[in-house]
Amino acid sequence: MRSGVIAKKVGMTRLFMEDGRQVPVTVLQLDNLQVVDQRTVERDGYTAVQLGAGLAKAKRTSQPMRGHFAKASVAPKRKLAEFRVDPENLIEVGAEISAEHYVAGQKVDVSGTSIGKGFQGAMKRHNFGGLRASHGVSISHRSHGSTGQCQDPGRVFKGKKMAGHMGAARVTTQNLEVVRIDATRGLIMVKGAVPGSKGGWVTVKDAVKKKLPEGVPFPAAIKTALAVADAPVAEAPVEAPAEGGAEE
Amino acid sequence: MDLIAELAAEQIAALGKQIPDFKAGDTIRVGYKVTEGTRSRVQNYEGVCISRRNGAGIDASFTVRKISFGEGVERIFPLHSTNIESIDVVRRGKVRRAKLYYLRARRGKSARIAENSGYKPKSEQ
Repeated sequence: MRSGVIAKKVGMTRLFMEDGRQVPVTVLQLDNLQVVDQRTVERDGYTAVQLGAGLAKAKRTSQPMRGHFAKASVAPKRKLAEFRVDPENLIEVGAEISAEHYVAGQKVDVSGTSIGKGFQGAMKRHNFGGLRASHGVSISHRSHGSTGQCQDPGRVFKGKKMAGHMGAARVTTQNLEVVRIDATRGLIMVKGAVPGSKGGWVTVKDAVKKKLPEGVPFPAAIKTALAVADAPVAEAPVEAPAEGGAEE
Repeated sequence: MDLIAELAAEQIAALGKQIPDFKAGDTIRVGYKVTEGTRSRVQNYEGVCISRRNGAGIDASFTVRKISFGEGVERIFPLHSTNIESIDVVRRGKVRRAKLYYLRARRGKSARIAENSGYKPKSEQ
């Protein structure tokens, strides 16, 4: 298992392919995506990488978080997220991940916070059918109808689908195809819609229900141009593919 | 320009299509690539453009209406589709609306559009 990435949802557009197809795509951008911390078995009992994305003002970052970023010697980040990885796929702290982490054609799972819809009725929230338009139905055409049985059990079961707050929840869309990668601008274009609004943060991971294709970089695609000063970071992706590939 | 607009502009430039100046009311002929099995050929579809949507952006489309065997047929084409081989303007129409949906309710003589004989290309205006 290798790390995912944090990305910003830029918006949707369409791509016209050479064979006449047109593909609706969501553009996701990797914005200063760097490794901020590592979780190791010795220290934390599990292995993971903590990634940070975006740019936060140091002034608006709390003192403890400033210390955390300073320890990794990275600029304060707007968004942090942890990704569970296998021990051999740990990435050096400070390494910047590029969009080449994914290859065109592979499937990914994208998670984000869906757009909030407020308090919604059962018809919109749970796709209920509502009541009839005529035949004596009065005022309650969009109501949910009966919520249970009779005196036995004499109560409404827990988890009964009713009206209530909808949206603004964590949603994962599985098996989205990566259509195109733009490494210079750090763009990943995935086919179809992604949860959340424009400008929102999403996490992208390799699809859990699909096999990983050949040629995916292990442990991650790292921006080497920026990592030249950091020698161990630059060599990390070179030595890793062999062991990572064997593990897969 | 935001990133999405930038990507759209880049893609339009990369497709490098010559799109003629036409608007609603013009009679146009669209050469559309049709793939049947492995063979592909170009099919011409000629009719009146009754609407253009979303300007010249990547999401732009236009609707072409014609009467085929006595039945009205409308097709919506994405303006930048790679399946479109050619767009030729057959006749310039003189209309006072951007969307000619009223033509759907009309037949024969009343569905005619007067020719715009005083058409000037955009560059000369």
